[in-house]
Amino acid sequence: MIKNFIVLLFLFGLGMIFSALLLGYTPDSELNLTGRYYAEHTAQDLGAANIVTAIIVTYRGLDTLGEVTVLFLTAAIVGMLLSTGAGKGKSLQRKLSQSGELLTTGSHLLVPLILLLGAYVFINGHLTPGGGFQGGAIIASAILLILLTDPLYRFSHQLISIVESISGLIFLALGVLGIFFAGGFLDNRILPVGELGSLFSAGAIPIIYSLVGLKVGAEFSSMLVNFSETEDS
Amino acid sequence: MSTLMIAISLIFAIAMISAAFVAIYAKRIAIAILAAGLVSLLASVMFLFLAAPDVAMTEAAIGSGLTTFLFFFVLGRVRGEKND
Repeated sequence: MIKNFIVLLFLFGLGMIFSALLLGYTPDSELNLTGRYYAEHTAQDLGAANIVTAIIVTYRGLDTLGEVTVLFLTAAIVGMLLSTGAGKGKSLQRKLSQSGELLTTGSHLLVPLILLLGAYVFINGHLTPGGGFQGGAIIASAILLILLTDPLYRFSHQLISIVESISGLIFLALGVLGIFFAGGFLDNRILPVGELGSLFSAGAIPIIYSLVGLKVGAEFSSMLVNFSETEDS
Repeated sequence: MSTLMIAISLIFAIAMISAAFVAIYAKRIAIAILAAGLVSLLASVMFLFLAAPDVAMTEAAIGSGLTTFLFFFVLGRVRGEKND
């Protein structure tokens, strides 16, 4: 009883805070200083049609590097924790429930399309909404769909780690090249900026974002694959 | 935002809250998982209304796609254990 009362009181207080925030909110009539700088300079300086991507990959590229590193650490720790029980004991003789006809056929149809969509999303990150992280997550969901259909399907760990390491290495190398050939670390103008809105534009942004997409996809996939291969004793 | 947009957003917000309640109180786990995915899907539509398509894509891909799949995967594993 008293517990319910406290919960209700807490919810009421939360509602009060949010309604006070909502009532006191007036939308800005114009962009603030930073926003205006990005809006005015992105198209001509960096050549990226999607300003969000320009901010994520170039202006705040270091943060993206940090995010990718955090994700890598997470994948590595998940792999370390889950791999301790693997490889010993009984083999995969456990009978898993058969996945249905509908799921099997549907996933055979959908997996290539989902992979294609993921690649499209991160290759076109500088033109349309979306980018490396979204594309990587879409690719990982295709991998998960395969695992859902056939839980005994085995992916090559080596391939996943090679894709992950090589894309991370090239990402860093492109960032360092920016110091020597352009304005600074992770500057995208080491390649010609090109025409606004075409696929090969915005300098190194499409390459960097594709690498981020591959890296994120490989990290998520390695987590899922590790998870799928754990056998509790 | 125009009045129409606010009305549509309100409908989505109410749908989101009811889906969240379904996710909490549903008797069958599969329905709860689907309702939790629905919350994420409606949230991504809300992000789209708020002119943040990039965030909407992240929410749709991770919140609605990946986690829903993952929950079903885990559910399948847990049920497989039970049948042994």
